[in-house]
Amino acid sequence: MTGHATPALRKAPPAAGTTPGTAQAPPAPGTAGPAPRRTALLPTAALILGALYCLLPVAWVVVAATKADDELFSTFTFLPGTGLADNLGELTAYRDGIYWKWMGNSVLYAGLGALLSTVVSAFAGYALAVYRFRGRELFFNVMLTGVLMPPVILAIPQYLLMAEADLTDSYLSVLLPLILSPYGVYLGRIYAEAAIPAELVEAGRVDGAGEWRIFTRIAVPMLGPGLVTIFLFQFVAIWNNFLLPFIMLGDDEKFPMTVGLFTLLKQGASQPALYTLVITGALLAVLPLIALFLVIQRFWSLDLLSGAVKS
Amino acid sequence: MTQPPKGARRSYGVKTAPYGFLLPAALLFLLFFALPIGYALWLSVHKVEIKGLGLGKGAKSEVWAGLENYGSALADPEFLGSALRVLGYGALVVPVMLGLALLFALLLDSERVRGRSFARLAIFLPYAVPGVIAAVLWGFLYLPDVSPFHFLLEKAGLPQPDLMDGGPLYLAMSNIAVWGGTGFNMIVIYTSLRALPTEVFEAAKLDGCSELQIALRIKIPMVMPSLVLTFFFSIIATLQVFNEPMTLKPLTNGIPSTWSPLMKVYNDAFTGGNIYAASATAVVLALATFALSFALLRISNRRTTQGAGR
Repeated sequence: MTGHATPALRKAPPAAGTTPGTAQAPPAPGTAGPAPRRTALLPTAALILGALYCLLPVAWVVVAATKADDELFSTFTFLPGTGLADNLGELTAYRDGIYWKWMGNSVLYAGLGALLSTVVSAFAGYALAVYRFRGRELFFNVMLTGVLMPPVILAIPQYLLMAEADLTDSYLSVLLPLILSPYGVYLGRIYAEAAIPAELVEAGRVDGAGEWRIFTRIAVPMLGPGLVTIFLFQFVAIWNNFLLPFIMLGDDEKFPMTVGLFTLLKQGASQPALYTLVITGALLAVLPLIALFLVIQRFWSLDLLSGAVKS
Repeated sequence: MTQPPKGARRSYGVKTAPYGFLLPAALLFLLFFALPIGYALWLSVHKVEIKGLGLGKGAKSEVWAGLENYGSALADPEFLGSALRVLGYGALVVPVMLGLALLFALLLDSERVRGRSFARLAIFLPYAVPGVIAAVLWGFLYLPDVSPFHFLLEKAGLPQPDLMDGGPLYLAMSNIAVWGGTGFNMIVIYTSLRALPTEVFEAAKLDGCSELQIALRIKIPMVMPSLVLTFFFSIIATLQVFNEPMTLKPLTNGIPSTWSPLMKVYNDAFTGGNIYAASATAVVLALATFALSFALLRISNRRTTQGAGR
């Protein structure tokens, strides 16, 4: 965890010749004193304001999910309603519980997809970091252009190719194209380079371990937090994905949460009673990921997500 | 233990192992990246030719179209309209989002600011909210009967604008993107701030620099590479906006089905059924994205080197 350790590290050692009392004095230009420890009011206010702005819609959806149909459009935005239990019941009853089917599909797509993606990224990242072989940089650079490739240019031909293979409107059509994540391979390489010392790999070989054994017994345990990061990144990416399942799927039994709620919202334009279902559904769809991040941040650092390996 | 000379024990396994480890990624890349891109390029220079009445088998055939599809894509007023809308939208989103991300990252890095771990988590939170759901949440908050903004404006006796039409629509749409994207970019910038050597700041502090001066003169120039990176990804994401306008569309009449270029591509391919035109438009969009991001990259590089040369 890098999270909260730095303030202590960044404390300046008291400069020679200053008395502790000067610490509270405003810093005059040229004085060599330790930085003041007072709270900076305006910057703190700005940061808290930013945090509140980010929490606003989430707070709203929590309140709005408690409102009954007639309360949604008539009571004040943040006034809790009386219909939470009814809304949950209606959502569950809607078309024989198709909402929970969507939730299950999302968990399946994101969970299995992220798992496979982590394995593929770990393999490729390990190979790129540990071995010296012909075509290494070429492979890496070609893969990186994939990061820059807009999904739009992929989506139509992917659909047509899936149709050729008779795979559209299937679980596989959403699962397969999302397994390879160029960003995951990039992260895998960075983590492997930072975490696995070459001497250890060499020592394993000297001891007669095969390449596969070195990977599973030495590399994988050392890659731990990095692999968790790739998994989370890809889990969120697939959970949030809309375009691919929207294009590939026609049967709403196979929809993930995003596409399901979208179709529900679309019907709401003619049946406003569905709006409360959409709102309750949105709340339930947001909760798992928020819970996941809250739990996981105790032993995992957000910084890892941007490829930070120092710590 | 004596170290064997390098390469002496390299067996056949060491030579083939990397290729084995790369195989899954390489296969997936070929199938789901290279092949579709090649196919899109192929489609973009072809069209369907109908012989006779177009009835029966073999009456329709794919023929070479050259750059015809590109010509009509670039001349299509719907495409140009969507491109202009998204450029305006991007001109709002990218500076505001990255400006806020940088500001929050600097505040998180300042030890005199309170509530940092709470704020870090809260600002990052929208990253975990899918774009579709973000658009649903904000979309309802924009509806006059639900919105707290309209409630307050009504109480104050002020006119209440329609947030999902005309000019305000750009603000409404941009707000969703800024809300969703600031947190991740903040983390990227914050991570690179944390990696900077602290001695530099201490020296500057001893020389009497204020925190603001340190931020402006030292920290920002030193995290320029990650700013450029976030910039790059933000532009790519912005030009491809699809989920949010698609989701807001059912809530308003102000969003046409070709609001963004990607909606136009989707519309051509799946509603209009013209995959050839849609492919050409998609390729144009991809090329424009590359061109724009590289051009801006060059400008920002020139700025940075000039700045460093002062």
